[in-house]
Amino acid sequence: MSTLLELSGVSVTFDGFRAINNLSFQIGEPELRAIIGPNGAGKTTFMDIVTGKTKPDEGRVLWGDKGISLIGLSESRISREGIGRKFQKPTVFEAQSVRDNLAMALRNPRGPLDVLFYRKSAQGAARIEAVAEQIGLTDALERTAGELSHGQKQWLEIGMLLAQEPRLLLVDEPAAGMTPAEREKTTDILVEAAKTRAVVVVEHDMEFVRRLNCKVTVLNEGSVLAEGSLDHVTKNPDVIDVYLGR
Amino acid sequence: MSDASLSKETISSKEIGPKSSKDFATTPKRRSFIAQNPSVLWFLLALAAFTLGVTLLSEAAGSAVISTSFVKTLGKTLCLCLVAIAMDVVWGYCGILSLGHFAFFGIGGYAVGMWLMYARTEAIVAENLAGQIIPPTQAEISDAIASQIFGVVGASEFPLIWGFSHSLILQLAMVILIPGLLALVFGWLAFRSRVTGVYLSILTQAMTLALALYLFQNDSGLRGNNGLSGLQNIPGFEQVPQAQISIAFFWASALALGLGYVLFAWVLRGKFGSVIRAIRDDEARVRFLGYHVESYKLFIFTLTAVIAAIAGALYYPQAGIINPGEVAPIASIYLAVWVAIGGRGRLYGAVIGAAFVSLLSSWFTGGGVPAIDLGFYTIQWTDWWLVLLGFSFVAVTLFLPGGISSLFDRLVRKET
Repeated sequence: MSTLLELSGVSVTFDGFRAINNLSFQIGEPELRAIIGPNGAGKTTFMDIVTGKTKPDEGRVLWGDKGISLIGLSESRISREGIGRKFQKPTVFEAQSVRDNLAMALRNPRGPLDVLFYRKSAQGAARIEAVAEQIGLTDALERTAGELSHGQKQWLEIGMLLAQEPRLLLVDEPAAGMTPAEREKTTDILVEAAKTRAVVVVEHDMEFVRRLNCKVTVLNEGSVLAEGSLDHVTKNPDVIDVYLGR
Repeated sequence: MSDASLSKETISSKEIGPKSSKDFATTPKRRSFIAQNPSVLWFLLALAAFTLGVTLLSEAAGSAVISTSFVKTLGKTLCLCLVAIAMDVVWGYCGILSLGHFAFFGIGGYAVGMWLMYARTEAIVAENLAGQIIPPTQAEISDAIASQIFGVVGASEFPLIWGFSHSLILQLAMVILIPGLLALVFGWLAFRSRVTGVYLSILTQAMTLALALYLFQNDSGLRGNNGLSGLQNIPGFEQVPQAQISIAFFWASALALGLGYVLFAWVLRGKFGSVIRAIRDDEARVRFLGYHVESYKLFIFTLTAVIAAIAGALYYPQAGIINPGEVAPIASIYLAVWVAIGGRGRLYGAVIGAAFVSLLSSWFTGGGVPAIDLGFYTIQWTDWWLVLLGFSFVAVTLFLPGGISSLFDRLVRKET
């Protein structure tokens, strides 16, 4: 397992509030990692920094084998580098069909002219079918995304990420608002995806994290509080103090 | 090709195998553009039938059921439909509420108008000076043309921007280049700074207002508020009656509308259209998918600006006159109103909106509708038309948010 993403000494301040404070940690490839922490611990800000939405005040964010810096790159460029992000609220393009949503996400050249002269190919269609199979939406391909249930939208968004074929997948609270059966399926999709790439899951729900059965990083007040297996971190007195004890 | 993708293909080909009949309908294996967009064919057929019908009933064909001035009105309406579909693409599809597209329309009109005025004045000057014993020098001719054109604003020399006005080809290039460059630079600055929504609308409106104020100045070099006139007289075709010229422009307008419609339908088909509509619905998400949203917006903004300018270049020779008032911000707002009434997000909606509202507007304001005497007050439609339009706009927004063209959907849904 080699290091794919490395943050070192990253800090960011919003109006005097230190959302991220000297944060350092690494993600390998392939790896499944869960990030937990109380509200305001900096989980979402961490994702914003990695995906280019927020620029850190200091620190380094290095990516890939060559260790290029992600700071200052545009969101679209970072996405093309191979980082996919799933938002907390399912954000799919509701006015368009499931197929069109997936087609847009397929790993293909992204320039306006490339897309303008893009011709639908058999490989593309096959890839869409394969992703749809993976997320269990094969029968819903021609449906409008807005008609899907909440859980299905979450899966579609995960499917769009898979279609992008990213090396790192950042997933923000994928199980929020799901039924137990849907949660189980989401776990399966993520565990499967993490076999070939890095997947980072931010989650509140301990039961969900336990099922992921992976290394856990606990964030608090913008820096790493503890790291290790779920059992290991839940025994840590600091973690119990700030998070689990409440 | 990596083995991972190879194995994916083999898996999926197995999956597709048994249900191939269903897949034929969904995998778009070289289905023709028209087959995928039947509304384009219907639109072109309707446009062709309309063009042919108007031609047969015109004075040029001898039947004169439709007067030459009404042919011009219809030709102008086709140009307005063209600028309306451009507006629909930039607003209805891409979500950029531009309040500046009528400015591009006006620039197109000015660009072609400069050649029309120059060439016609040159012909008149040459005729006047022909009787002299000593043939006039080139400089004398040029001065005479300049004082003819700019006498109204107290100038007698050609401003720098008229440098290309002697050449039809160069001025036609200006129709595309000036609005194209303006849209490119303006759009680049605005989109790069991530100005969106109502702020972008205000910015485009400010651009339009600045342009109009510039044109209103006498020393702008474009004759201030006199504008350019006599544009209906086409140099080289002085002997051809207006009845035939009007039909020629009518045809050119219909052709431009047809080509513009096909161009936009082609651009918005498939994946490019998907990305454009996705930008309208959630721009940030498209960015995280890896698309450089600003480039896409800039492409659409510039392309629609150029099409708007071409529409303007065809409109003003039929109108005969262009002045800075045409470029004023209110015109761009009307454009948005037409598209909203017709139905955003579908090309024929914009055509219906522009044709319906602009024809109705000329009917009401042209004295076609009798005034209503209420005893204590008489409703003069020239004054009250705007009030009626305003109420209709509110009514459409409240009761028919998809515009007039969304009625088609209701009809289709009832049938099935």
